[in-house]
Amino acid sequence: MTTNTEIMTKPAAHTWWWYSLLLLATIGILTIYHEVLDVYEVSILIFTAVSMALVGNQWPGFRGHSIAVAVLSLMALQLYGSELGAAETNGLLKYMLASQSAIMWMSVFFIAATFTYFGGLIFRSAYTEKVGSAFTWIATTFGMTGLMVRWRETHMMGADIGYIPVSNLYEVFILFAVVTALLYLFYERRYQVRSLGGFVLLVISAAVIFQLWYAFERNAHEIQPLVPALQSYWMKIHVPANFIGYGAFAMAAMIGIAYLLVSWRAAKNPDSGVVKAMPPLMMMDDLMYKSIALGFAFFTVATILGALWAAEAWGGYWSWDPKETWALIVWLNYAAWLHMRMTKGWNGVPMAWWAIVGLFVTLFAFLGVNMFLSGLHSYGSL
Amino acid sequence: MSESTKKGPSSLSFTRRLFLFIGSMELAITLLLTLAVASVIGTVLQQNQPYADYVIKFGPFWFDVFEQLGLYDVYSAMWFITILALLVISTSVCVIRHFPAMTKEMWQLRTNVQKKSLKAMHHSAQWQSNDNLQTVANSLQKEFKNLGFRSRQTVKQDDAILISAMRGGMNRLGYLFTHIAIVVICVGGLFDSNMPLKLAEWRGDIKIETRDLSIRDIPAESRLGEGNQGFRGSVSIPEGKASEVVFLPVRDGYLLQALPFRIEVKDFRIEHYPNGQPKSFESDLVIHDDELDAPMEATIAVNHPLIYRGHAIYQASFSDGGSLLSLDAWPLDSRAGTEPVSIQTKVFENRQMLWGEESMQLEMIDFRPFNINPDPTKEDTRNVRDFGPNFTFKLRTETGEAREYENYMFPVERDGREYFLSGVRNTPAESFAYLYLPVDEDGSLTRFLEYSALLRDEALVSGIANSMMKEALAMLPERDEALEGSLQQTLETLIKMFVRGGFDEVRDFIDNNLPDAERDNLAPAYLGMLREMLARIYFSMDGIDPQTVTNDQLLFLQDTVDSIGTLSRYGSPVFLQLTDFEHIQSTGLQIAKAPGKNVVYFGCALLVIGVFLLFYLPQRRLWAWIEQGPEKTDIILAGSSNRNAREFDTFFNEQQTALPAKTGNSRQLPGS
Repeated sequence: MTTNTEIMTKPAAHTWWWYSLLLLATIGILTIYHEVLDVYEVSILIFTAVSMALVGNQWPGFRGHSIAVAVLSLMALQLYGSELGAAETNGLLKYMLASQSAIMWMSVFFIAATFTYFGGLIFRSAYTEKVGSAFTWIATTFGMTGLMVRWRETHMMGADIGYIPVSNLYEVFILFAVVTALLYLFYERRYQVRSLGGFVLLVISAAVIFQLWYAFERNAHEIQPLVPALQSYWMKIHVPANFIGYGAFAMAAMIGIAYLLVSWRAAKNPDSGVVKAMPPLMMMDDLMYKSIALGFAFFTVATILGALWAAEAWGGYWSWDPKETWALIVWLNYAAWLHMRMTKGWNGVPMAWWAIVGLFVTLFAFLGVNMFLSGLHSYGSL
Repeated sequence: MSESTKKGPSSLSFTRRLFLFIGSMELAITLLLTLAVASVIGTVLQQNQPYADYVIKFGPFWFDVFEQLGLYDVYSAMWFITILALLVISTSVCVIRHFPAMTKEMWQLRTNVQKKSLKAMHHSAQWQSNDNLQTVANSLQKEFKNLGFRSRQTVKQDDAILISAMRGGMNRLGYLFTHIAIVVICVGGLFDSNMPLKLAEWRGDIKIETRDLSIRDIPAESRLGEGNQGFRGSVSIPEGKASEVVFLPVRDGYLLQALPFRIEVKDFRIEHYPNGQPKSFESDLVIHDDELDAPMEATIAVNHPLIYRGHAIYQASFSDGGSLLSLDAWPLDSRAGTEPVSIQTKVFENRQMLWGEESMQLEMIDFRPFNINPDPTKEDTRNVRDFGPNFTFKLRTETGEAREYENYMFPVERDGREYFLSGVRNTPAESFAYLYLPVDEDGSLTRFLEYSALLRDEALVSGIANSMMKEALAMLPERDEALEGSLQQTLETLIKMFVRGGFDEVRDFIDNNLPDAERDNLAPAYLGMLREMLARIYFSMDGIDPQTVTNDQLLFLQDTVDSIGTLSRYGSPVFLQLTDFEHIQSTGLQIAKAPGKNVVYFGCALLVIGVFLLFYLPQRRLWAWIEQGPEKTDIILAGSSNRNAREFDTFFNEQQTALPAKTGNSRQLPGS
């Protein structure tokens, strides 16, 4: 945890190697790809490196995760060479590193982590909960590696096909699982509580199961080239910012469920096992607020980025398109939540319920709009 | 937006109370949630559709009700704008009310606190130091400075010194930024909205045009001159043509907006990925403007608009721009003669055709040079192939009824045989039903048409019926003239019925005219006779010999018969075959002028900065009360934070151990 005193004192040793590593990676990427990157993409790259530097400086787990993803992805790239068919012939790719395989491992570990966390909670085993954390880290690493490798795979499909894999519903579901897990892991370390893991992993597992169904039933995992409207650098920032928002809102809702469960048990029997095993209500309330604040900040950024992109692609920064309008509805809803909490001082049960309702509103904005309403933003349709 | 005031409302004047109500938190939250719910309407009910569609959907009564409520363009409806305006006013009042307090909070160090209240604070610690009063005060102030706190010393009663310190005052700026941003964004958005148009319409200065007129016929009251107002409209310009106007859609009509320059379209291109998906849409434009020394050339694409003189020109859509088409009209029945007739036409042209006795209006709607569609012979719908050029047209009878057709230029293969495809439907809501016309060995429709002409050749049919009748009755011991006559007539009638209405009509005849008792026995016999007749007529053609007939020829007969059998439902006396075309495309441009855009973007920047300041820059305050005790110097440290209490706990705990160590020979008092 960084406090003001730490900032004043000499930077820790890890800071130096972490910064140097990121600097090297950035220079490396710029050297190799400078011909194909435009000024916006270079800016996004530098922005990403700076963000990673700041996050990683405070969070050792993130450093390890990033390095593992980088090593695994580079291995996959090495094994692939320029032959997409290597995914079938090379054992390591076929069973572990090709994007489909990595994503499969991600799915397995997320679902395993859900059971492990709940097992740890039920049997009060701190060790089991630690295993749950480890599984979540492994799943997140596989998920991120899967996305990175898929990015390369899109480029191997054909000269002009390559794109960042956040363009359709299948890809963003993986992004959602990974981002939500990372957000959770961050707070897990910060608050030193693992008992919320199962609850948060529940929503991630739901996303994973949907993603598996989508791949098996609809072949959604197959790489399709981008429609012209999506060929823009904006996608690289608009979509991830949005999913930090969605992930944080989802986490808040799951903590809301845990909150309601604990407060319900506590009202019946303050000494019940569940109440003791779970974090104090105050802390959950605080976490819920932190997640929604984080989600709100990023969702605001994402919606504004969306408006900037819309101005370039659709001819106006705001068209009252169903997706835009539902983004506004989500934003208004959480704006009202935050006002109630920050100035009216509401907390506890009603705010937990509201956070859960918020998730349904968010879910409709994310999925429902694409499924039931027509509009300009029809890229993620089922 | 803020907490409601504690003062009793009765003591306040009405205006003051109104002011407080408008700036109140309750109203603000109510407005936020009302706006959210109201916004749902426009996403559930598709906006700005043709009004005729709404009438069909809701019926005349509800159509009127919904129109009165402005639900077809809900985001410019008066009541919706009113909610938005109220939100803006409420936010403004809130900002005005809190501005003085917030700026004070932002800068002012709280120097008028009491020793008692510091001791009572949640975060509070005490210790003693051997150093003298002023030394302790100075070193503490230095430490506060090192922690990033701004501080000030004040001398209190009994010569006590109070150090008031603060860090993160900009948090309050977060409040101001976010709330001012909402007002700025909405005001900027107002510039770019169609509110000025609504106002002008309300004053009667302009009138929405709902008729489909050519540009020069559009009356002046529906035209908007070049001005500073924002707009967003679209125009379709064929290759080689130019436009200096743009259409603004308004409810069920439009307005014509003049541009201060002329846009010429040189070329429009679509590129495809190897799998047939479109990869890019591009237009080569030339801007003609007196302000330019020479015309300016520019290429626009999706995501890459051209910005010229405050106008953004976007690639929005494309359509046919009046392609030239050469057609052969093949007669499908006797009304239209026997020989194909050539027609020269172009897309969007209507022309009167006289086919036999029937006068029909041929309306060309669209032409597409390629049709990349799922391959119907493959299971996987993602397996696409190019079905080649097609064109769409309507045939309108004199009574005004029209059927829509879609014809493909090249034959389509199915089960190893080739067919000309023509789709037909009665309303746009239906999907096309396809007619498959079999192609002969030369790749033409000649053979098919020859055969169908033979079916209408009464002398030939009669002759074949006669010989077939004789063969059938040859086994009878003696001639029965009545039976002969009746059979001959039946055979001829069967063919006539078939030509008129296909197998359906023959089946209707069997169902309605044969006695119930015999129907089951006779029906197969009738159909058998019809098939035999159809085959015999086929064998009467040149080059077809019943002895040497090939399987392909039999399949051709079967396809031909199937096809003729469905002609009655096709409804057109001719089949139009596309023989040549010159593709002329039209690019759909969206042109927008948004003078408020930069205001909105400025508001967005304020909002983002504000939100992050608000959530992630906590405002922390520290106080140190230093006074001379009996032997030593007594120090009371207290602190508070308006956000992130957990982090402040840790911070304060660190400081209450660190600071005593830095203030010389200190001893922390137990229990603090």
